[in-house]
Formats: sequence, structure tokens, C-alpha cells
Amino acid sequence: MPDLSAFEDVPGTTLFTAERSRVGYHLNQFCMSLMKAENRERFKADERAYLDQWPMTEAQKQAVLARDYNAAIAAGGNIYFLAKIFATDGKSFQDAAGSMTGMTPEDYAAMMVAGGRSIDGWRSKSERP
Amino acid sequence: MARLTAGIASSHVPAIGAALDLDKTDQPYWRPIFEGYEWTQRWLEEERPDVVILVYNDHASAFSLEMIPTFALGCAERFAPADEGWGARPVPVVEGHPELAWHIAQSVILDEFDITICNKMDVDHGLTVPLSLMFGQPEAWPTAVIPLAVNVVQYPPPTGNRCWNLGEAIRRAVEDFPEDLNVQIWGTGGMSHQIQGQRAGLINSEFDAAFLDRLTTDPQALRHLPHIEYVREAGSEAIEMVMWLIMRGALGAAPSELRRFYHVPASNTAVGHIVLRADS
Repeated sequence: MPDLSAFEDVPGTTLFTAERSRVGYHLNQFCMSLMKAENRERFKADERAYLDQWPMTEAQKQAVLARDYNAAIAAGGNIYFLAKIFATDGKSFQDAAGSMTGMTPEDYAAMMVAGGRSIDGWRSKSERP
Repeated sequence: MARLTAGIASSHVPAIGAALDLDKTDQPYWRPIFEGYEWTQRWLEEERPDVVILVYNDHASAFSLEMIPTFALGCAERFAPADEGWGARPVPVVEGHPELAWHIAQSVILDEFDITICNKMDVDHGLTVPLSLMFGQPEAWPTAVIPLAVNVVQYPPPTGNRCWNLGEAIRRAVEDFPEDLNVQIWGTGGMSHQIQGQRAGLINSEFDAAFLDRLTTDPQALRHLPHIEYVREAGSEAIEMVMWLIMRGALGAAPSELRRFYHVPASNTAVGHIVLRADS
């Protein structure tokens, strides 16, 4: 078996491994359906009813409804697929990425302009409090 | 015979495409980025490549989770810009080079790279943003393009060494093509960035500078850099930089650096750009 343990040691980071892809398949394929304008309209008209057409877990559906992208990733979502949801909402990658950090959009944008998040303290889970 | 003359690497941030398409290039936030590519735009007018082999990754546009090819070569006559959820970018259709693309496909397969052949593949910002950065906003792209899509979304992506070796095989294929063509290879994606989780916004300029240096000073070690080092040091999406090694592998033992540009930020990302003359 390939040893992927190092991938689980990076704090605040979830890598899209085979296991997560298997668990998140229907969530991510739901996201893919939003590539079509007519599906975006149907989703926006009644999000819950649209989600109920997909064999997703309740936790996956709740993460989508709440736009909780950390929860969606924990449930097997991949950011490039989840991007179809925030594109439907008219939000940017910076809006979505910022929302996952707990920072306000203004603070997150200011951090990026100032050079981004420093790697210090973020290399390993052992460095986090 | 066809010649592989140069390599270009660049980030492919979607917000750069949006800034161009929405006419924001003169804004103070964006102007330094576009100025950083002016040297290369002039240089390309002199070089006039006939074909660009453009290495990029699809971001859940042409490929969903239904099919996940590690290496997918575009052999079609043309490729449409993808609708990524906010409408297709208003850029020209990408004209392919089917004769050279099919030649590369059959050459690298017989060279033991089991590449996927694509006759229909919409191309997303990963491919069109680098074209915009290098060529601006023309009515038609001034060169044919052979898209080479690499999976860096589903783990595991190909190793850096595998990418390098594929680059070497592509060069052998190009130089075995009977028509006299000036061919470039571009590697795109990176540099440091992370767009997910609590660590989002990570930028590691030291890692990026070292990576740019090592393309010419220490490439043999660079090709063996493990995935976890890209992720840990430069962010989960920095794994895209393995694609630069396909370009680098195609440029021979000792290419020379012609141009380098680096800027933070574009949205969540460090913009890195390098131009390398192939070792003949």
C-alpha cells in the first residue's frame, strides 16, 4: 500500500485522495451538474429539492446548503468541483478560500496583498496549538 | 525537421483572465502582473512559434470524476474555451495541430507512455490564461496549440520524475517530425498557493525562488522532489508545479534562462514566470 500518512500531517489542508474521491463522488458530480446554466437555475429555484435528486449524504447536503466549504471538503468535496457552487453564487475563489480560514473577506484580501500567509507554524500539525 | 526551441512556464490564475476580460489591466492591483509579461510578448513576436505544446491541468471542466486521465493529449483540430460555471471566457477558439499531436501520441505510446488521446476537449483557464498573458487579446491566437492536460486534482498526480521523462519523450517525438516547425513547450500552474482549508492563502516566496533557480542549477534533484514537499512547503495547489517538469524535461541538459518574473499576489496565488532557451 502506498504510504500517504504525510499527506494527513499538513495542518488546515485536505488532499483529494482515493478514499475521499470515493466518499465524495456524488457530491462532486452534483457540483459538476452546475456547469449547465439550466441546472444552475433549477438549483437556485429550490436548492433542497435539487440536492435530493442526488444520492448524497445528509451531511453533504447540509454543507452545500450552508455554503460551509470546510464541511464539504471533510465530506469528500474537492475545491475545483465545489467552485461550481460558488460560481453559481457569483463568488470568486478568493471569497471562497477566505471563507474557509475564519477571516473576514477584507482581512483575507489584506493578508494576500501583504504577501500571503507565512509558512511558519503551518508545516506540520505538530506545530499547531 | 521540427525543432523544440524554447520553454515558457507561467501561473494560470483564473482571476488574471477575468481582469483581462473585464478590462481591469490598468488597475494598480493588476498592472504589475501584465507588465511582467511584456518582455515575453515582445520576445514571442520575434520567435514566432508555429506550435505550442501547452501543458496545463483541467479544473473539473472537461473531466469530471467519471474519467480521470493522468496525461491527456488534445489531437483535435480545435478546442473551445470551457464554461467553468460563469460562462466561457471571450477568447478565440484554440486551433490545434492534429498532425503533430497524433505523431506525438503514437511516438510517446511506443516510448511507453500510455497517454490518453482526446478528440474533443474544452479548455479552461488553465490553458487560456497563459495564452492571454503571452499574446494579449488578439482576434485569433497566433500559433497552433497542442493541449496536454495533466491530472493534478485527484491524488496521486504523476511524479515529477514521470513528468520529466514524458517531457524528454515529447522532445524526441517533436524532433522526429518531418515538417520544419518551430515548436515551444509551455508548463503552467503554480506557483505557491492554497485555495482550501484553514491554511488557505499560503505563499512561500523562498520555495518559489528556489524552484525557479533549480530549473537550471539543480534540475536532477528537482525532478525527484516528492509530492509532499510541494504541498507542505508551497500549498496544496502548488502541486501543479510538477507540470513545469514536463516542460523542463523537454529542454535538454542545460537550457539557459532568458527571463524571469515573480509577483505576489494574484488573488490567492504567487505568479511565477520563466522563459528558457532549449539546450540544442
